[in-house]
Amino acid sequence: MEIDADNLSATELRLGLPGTSSSDDWQKKPSPSVGAKRALDDTRSEASGTSPATAGDLDHDTAAPPKAQVVGWPPVRAYRKNTFQAAAAAKKAEQQQGGGLYVKVSMDGAPYLRKVDLRMYKGYRELSDALDALFTKSISAAAAAAEGGEHQHAIAYEDKDGDLMLVGDVPWDMFISSCKKLRIMKGSEAR
Amino acid sequence: MGRGGSRAAPAAAAPPWHVLPDEVWEHAFSFLPADSDRGAAAAACRSWLRAERRSRRRLAVANCYAASPQDAVDRFPAVRAVEVKGKPHFADFGLVPPAWGAAAAPWVAAAADGWPLVEEISFKRMVVTDDCLEMIAASFRNFQVLRLVSCEGFSTAGLAAIAAGCRNLRELDLQENEIEDCSIHWLSLFPESFTSLVTLNFSCLEGDVNITVLERLVTRCRNLKTLKLNNAIPLDKLANLLRKAPQIVELGTGRFSADYHPDLFSKLEAAFAGCKSLRRLSGAWDAVPEYLPAFYCVCEGLTSLNLSYATVRGPELIKFISRCKNLQLLWVMDLIEDHGLAVVASSCNKLQELRVFPSAPFDAAEQVSLTERGLVDVSASCPMLESVLYFCRRMTNEALITIAKNRPNFTCFRLCIIEPHTPDYTTHQPLDAGFSAIVESCKGLRRLSVSGLLTDSVFKSIGAHADRLEMLSIAFAGNSDLGLHYILSGCKSLKKLEIRDCPFGDKPLLANAAKLETMRSLWMSTCSLTLGACRQLARKMPRLSVEVMNDPRRGCPLDSLTDESPVETLYVYRTIAGPRSDTPACVQIV
Repeated sequence: MEIDADNLSATELRLGLPGTSSSDDWQKKPSPSVGAKRALDDTRSEASGTSPATAGDLDHDTAAPPKAQVVGWPPVRAYRKNTFQAAAAAKKAEQQQGGGLYVKVSMDGAPYLRKVDLRMYKGYRELSDALDALFTKSISAAAAAAEGGEHQHAIAYEDKDGDLMLVGDVPWDMFISSCKKLRIMKGSEAR
Repeated sequence: MGRGGSRAAPAAAAPPWHVLPDEVWEHAFSFLPADSDRGAAAAACRSWLRAERRSRRRLAVANCYAASPQDAVDRFPAVRAVEVKGKPHFADFGLVPPAWGAAAAPWVAAAADGWPLVEEISFKRMVVTDDCLEMIAASFRNFQVLRLVSCEGFSTAGLAAIAAGCRNLRELDLQENEIEDCSIHWLSLFPESFTSLVTLNFSCLEGDVNITVLERLVTRCRNLKTLKLNNAIPLDKLANLLRKAPQIVELGTGRFSADYHPDLFSKLEAAFAGCKSLRRLSGAWDAVPEYLPAFYCVCEGLTSLNLSYATVRGPELIKFISRCKNLQLLWVMDLIEDHGLAVVASSCNKLQELRVFPSAPFDAAEQVSLTERGLVDVSASCPMLESVLYFCRRMTNEALITIAKNRPNFTCFRLCIIEPHTPDYTTHQPLDAGFSAIVESCKGLRRLSVSGLLTDSVFKSIGAHADRLEMLSIAFAGNSDLGLHYILSGCKSLKKLEIRDCPFGDKPLLANAAKLETMRSLWMSTCSLTLGACRQLARKMPRLSVEVMNDPRRGCPLDSLTDESPVETLYVYRTIAGPRSDTPACVQIV
């Protein structure tokens, strides 16, 4: 069976979202030749509320129409879709409100606290660098005031149970979900 | 030939065998389990027709528009249990316009009038109103079973009528319906004297229920075997309910979400330990993995596990499933991943049905490691596996060929590769060879859904080999009219064909018009059909109802459109009832 032009482009591997690159196929005008797609699809994509260009994030808005370009695809029952969307949104909302996103960061000796969004970082390295950047002035001031000794700082955090823990022991994901507050401690205290 | 024939026969000459009284035939037919067998018997001769139809107790109407309610009542006057299905299957995915039809009211009215002894009513994909439910409660003295699947149009007010009015209710089974919450405490309307409930499934109800009332109901219904709760029941209340109903066989846990607390864990564990008869488990399960061990004591007895709404993942999930050595049915999310399915393959050797649902169907970015590997493993190690529904993002011909070789006993194979037109990811070839292997090997295949990149040649195989196939679903496949022609000219047993987004046009439809009368229904949406062909089909085949649906925004009525106009959706079904009169504006019967 020969493969026509439509399907040739369809054989390219795509990592894009369903419908994003295949939208070109969809919007071809119907031609007398066999295998043409329909022009109706642009009305359908309008109906589903997403434009070909935007990704439309399921996570951000439960009220947003389904991300899929194509109506009714993949064939997931409306009931299941609603239930899962609701669950995903609820979980996201819970995570937003719950512990571990924006946390206060206190540094001993610094006049005021800062706040960081733990979700901005992918690991301890990035967090450490970010905290260094935030507290540069205080760190160098403390270093100058110290008796020429080390200005090593230890980063500690307060977890859900209120205990002061050293940052770095547990996997990152577990850390984000249990961290309530960060505290940068002077080297001397940390020892 | 009448019933009196045999009585008049003299003792010397015994009556010919076919002059036996109807009661004898009725008794004989009672041994025929399948309606299709009874139907075949009824077609043999007039006396059998009479005997069969007058003794028919169970009636299944697979398409509510295939016959009128009055036809059904006239033909089968002694029915006690009726099941009616309405909207086409693709309504589940939003492809059927709202207000399309499938009202249950005419059926309830006809039943109330002609079948006062009805005990069971099931509706699937129909519009059931509160009035319908009130009429059911008021009309049938011995009403026992109400089952509503994927229906809409009713509220808790209707449920209240059922609770208050059905003294002998045994089963109230609400599966995946859209129920409006009127804040009516319908559960409280079961009288204190009411104890006959065996099945109570309100898992799809969104609102709160009065838990005290529920506890009292569960306590006094000592025969309760199936209890499926909704999301409103907190975990500690679940434990209480289980203690009151340790005889439970099927449980739907509801949300099952709570922060881990050792006391609650012990309470749950103890409650489950008391449920020695528990065989089927399901639930919404925003479950925290730490709670899963509370189920360990029931795992070995479980034959059915539905975790398809559960977002729990990881090693705890897999450990839990691996303990369920007697599972026959497993529904999960793709969060189980390939390595989880490998464990299922080695632990659950009695598995008969597997369904794997997509956790993030619209979000390609959230990749879950579920591929063809998982299905291959399960097919290799589970000798009784016969039914599969599998959503994944990649597949190979080789995997499908292996699966086909491993499991020639498939009766239902539904594969959904999420991105349309996805080829074999190693060879970039269409998946024709893989699906062909499936139909060639699985001679008993009754239901098939194909996906991925497919050319006409796969349909040639399906048409030629899938002799027992009754239902076929096709999407984004094929490259010419030939594809549809192969299917309609082959597939001897085809009953339901549903097609979307395929380049199939008028010619194969018209060339195979007669085939459509041997089928229950045909659905084609976003294909290459014209209105003229649909009109021609309707003229040619008067016993088919040819429904054309267009996007309402594009303008109705359809009368004004020319023969060349493209048709968005075609739904054809055989009927003895003639054209229906309840179509909305965007649907026309041509």
